[in-house]
Amino acid sequence: MSKLSLTIDNQKVTTEEGTSILEAARSAGIDIPTLCYHEKLAPRGACRLCLVEITKGKKKRLVTSCVYLAEEGLKVETESEPVVKIRKMLLELMLAGSPGVKAIQDYARRYGITRSRFDVEPDFCILCGLCVRYCHEVKGKNAIGFVGRGSQRKVMFFPDIAAEECPKCGECFPLCPTGVIPSNYALAKLPHFSYDNIRL
Amino acid sequence: MPRLKSAADLETRRKEILARRDPKKPCVTICSGTGCHAYGSEKVAQTFMAEIGKNGLKEKVDIRRTGCHGYCERGTIVVIFPQEICYLRVKPEDVPEIIETTLVKGEVVERLLYEGEDAQKIIHEGDIPFYKHQSRIVFGPNRFIDPKNIEDYIARGGYAALAKVLSGMTPEAVLAEVKKANLRGRGGGGFPAGMKWETTRNAPGEPKYVIVNADEGDPGAYMDRSLLEGNPHSVLEGLTIGAYAIGASQGFVYVRQEYPLAVENLYAALEQARDYGLLGENILGSGFNFEVTVHRGAGAFVSGESSALMTAIEGRVGEPRPKYIRTAISGIWGKPSNLNNVETWATVPLIIDKGADWFNGIGTKGSKGTKIFSLVGKVNNTGLVEVPMGMTLREIIYDIGGGIPQGKKFKAVQTGGPSGGVIPEKLIDTPVDFDELNKVGSMMGSGGMIVMDEDNCMVDVARYFLNFLSEESCGQCVPCREGIYQMLKILNRICAGEGRSGDIELLEELAEVVRDASLCALGATAPNPVLSTIKYFRNEYQAHVKEKRCPAGVCKELISYYIDPEKCQACLLCLRNCPVEAISGGKNLIHVIDQGKCTKCGACFEVCPSRFGAVVKLSGVPVPEPVAAGTEVKRKTRGEK
Repeated sequence: MSKLSLTIDNQKVTTEEGTSILEAARSAGIDIPTLCYHEKLAPRGACRLCLVEITKGKKKRLVTSCVYLAEEGLKVETESEPVVKIRKMLLELMLAGSPGVKAIQDYARRYGITRSRFDVEPDFCILCGLCVRYCHEVKGKNAIGFVGRGSQRKVMFFPDIAAEECPKCGECFPLCPTGVIPSNYALAKLPHFSYDNIRL
Repeated sequence: MPRLKSAADLETRRKEILARRDPKKPCVTICSGTGCHAYGSEKVAQTFMAEIGKNGLKEKVDIRRTGCHGYCERGTIVVIFPQEICYLRVKPEDVPEIIETTLVKGEVVERLLYEGEDAQKIIHEGDIPFYKHQSRIVFGPNRFIDPKNIEDYIARGGYAALAKVLSGMTPEAVLAEVKKANLRGRGGGGFPAGMKWETTRNAPGEPKYVIVNADEGDPGAYMDRSLLEGNPHSVLEGLTIGAYAIGASQGFVYVRQEYPLAVENLYAALEQARDYGLLGENILGSGFNFEVTVHRGAGAFVSGESSALMTAIEGRVGEPRPKYIRTAISGIWGKPSNLNNVETWATVPLIIDKGADWFNGIGTKGSKGTKIFSLVGKVNNTGLVEVPMGMTLREIIYDIGGGIPQGKKFKAVQTGGPSGGVIPEKLIDTPVDFDELNKVGSMMGSGGMIVMDEDNCMVDVARYFLNFLSEESCGQCVPCREGIYQMLKILNRICAGEGRSGDIELLEELAEVVRDASLCALGATAPNPVLSTIKYFRNEYQAHVKEKRCPAGVCKELISYYIDPEKCQACLLCLRNCPVEAISGGKNLIHVIDQGKCTKCGACFEVCPSRFGAVVKLSGVPVPEPVAAGTEVKRKTRGEK
């Protein structure tokens, strides 16, 4: 694996080929906000918080830093004006949908957002997909998945698989930034239920 | 059917087909495209079959069901060759008269002809103003061809371009010709097809794939559908030529399941092409192998996005990928995959046949050739039109479309489908050209063109498209999923008269973030309807927000119906037609609408005779106090003015 170096926020960063901008920044102690990145999972670019501005020649462009790979000589700005403008709006959108999530509140505070201009309709899940992707990519079980599309998109356990797999795994629970997955699972699990004596 | 083994074989077969066909023999062609089908064209065709048997004409007349002619508003369309007599709005009961008058006596049924201005009748299809101003090079052959019969396509010189390519051109030469033609993708982006082909050709990795995007999903648009239904071989021929140039031996057609006739005709075309040796192994004896698989889409708009479409072909949920690598390099199963839309592929044989120079002779500097549009909305002649690039919107709407119905005033035209933008009257002389349409804040898209008149509310229009997009967003990324949802919520409240000060600015701010931050092109273009309507019709937004007034009288919550007591003649019409019994009054008594009961359906407004004009639509002003119940009508006596 060959080495390359790029500039992130005026800091020279050396990294290996095939590393994303986000990972390169992290290795240099630069914190790019993200809610859907996980080192064990393929990047999904879903939360869009990790957008950064890159300069190639004279052209500036916004890219998703969890997906975009570091290039030799690339100039990256992680907190440029257009980037911050987008992050603020995204956080306002997230606050409207999931007001009680600490991870979002922390980022909102970092960017000086105290309230959302949008009507609040609380839903705990932020649809980052960490649980879905972990179950699919790492465990290969697909006990949990996305259902529906657009604003109707939801994360759901698939009962036949989940009943079999989740009791012995639960590895996605700590990944959930909102805690909604373990709590949904607990609610769905009937405490006094046993498959043993069912006669159909 | 013996397979064709060489280019010469194809030419021999074509001559055989033509020799079997007497050009003087009458041929009744019945448009069987989706529009005419809905009007009952199948019944018309069956009646022709039955009646011709009765008249002893069975051997003397050919009957042919063809693809869409484009003038869908006037279906069922019947054209009788060789004279090219065009009958419009043909019903099964008209068939005996057509047979008796035209096929037996050789005369024309006047009443079924197109009637132009000053009641002048037009006999030939090509002379009808709707067709006269078009250049139907891609879509035109539809009307001569039975899509289920490959012989019709071959008889017109079909597959000659493929034969030319396979018998005498290197893949490099084909690629060079398409590049030289400056063919830009007809699916929306307008990316140069030749460059994309070259990228896939040169990308490392085998096998390579070529794909037809027939996932057209814009509301009101059906160009690709009609082309695939009406002339599937032109698409397959183009695809095969592309495969040869790119070096692919496997192709896919991604077609939506909601297009049953397109799917049916496509399967039939594939089977016939295989039988003729125009598809499969050793095509036309050239040693070139190519096979095509049909993938039926499950009806998601976002699956038309290239990476989503390829993910769907792989058998997974059709959602766009976040990668910064083009599908031309890494597409289906990570292999180089070249995707073009139906119309782009169908244009390829023409370029090979007639040459890049011929193609470059049509259109503008940056956009060559023709484009098919689906001309719908508030326009007299609705249907599919094909025009050279560079024609102005005014020419399309007025010369081809025949202007706005009922003498209403033109307001705007929406191009490019749900993620396109509206173009106001002051820009109606904008030419249709990829770059010019982008400049005015809209886009070519795949060719949707919705004409709007003074009765269309621009806020409502933006809301309609955002509603569509909020349902069709895949929901992966935050700006698209949450951003469109919030834009829609703001538009909903503006239309409901609950708009807040600052809403217009918030919409603009949000729209820009959705545009810049979304993962794929669906989100990146979704704000276009909002941004373009605000740009050109800001005053209409302001009227909704500040004055709680809908200038076009569309938004229900902002309008009221009121009966002018001075004008009401107590005719009882509105009273009887009100579905919720909100109108009181009686014989000789002035009618009054109970505003509390009124559901604003507009039935009273529609039925009030225009000579009275007593029912009025109010917006932004309070409804006047009603007259006392039982007030009698003051009737004008005869002669009183």
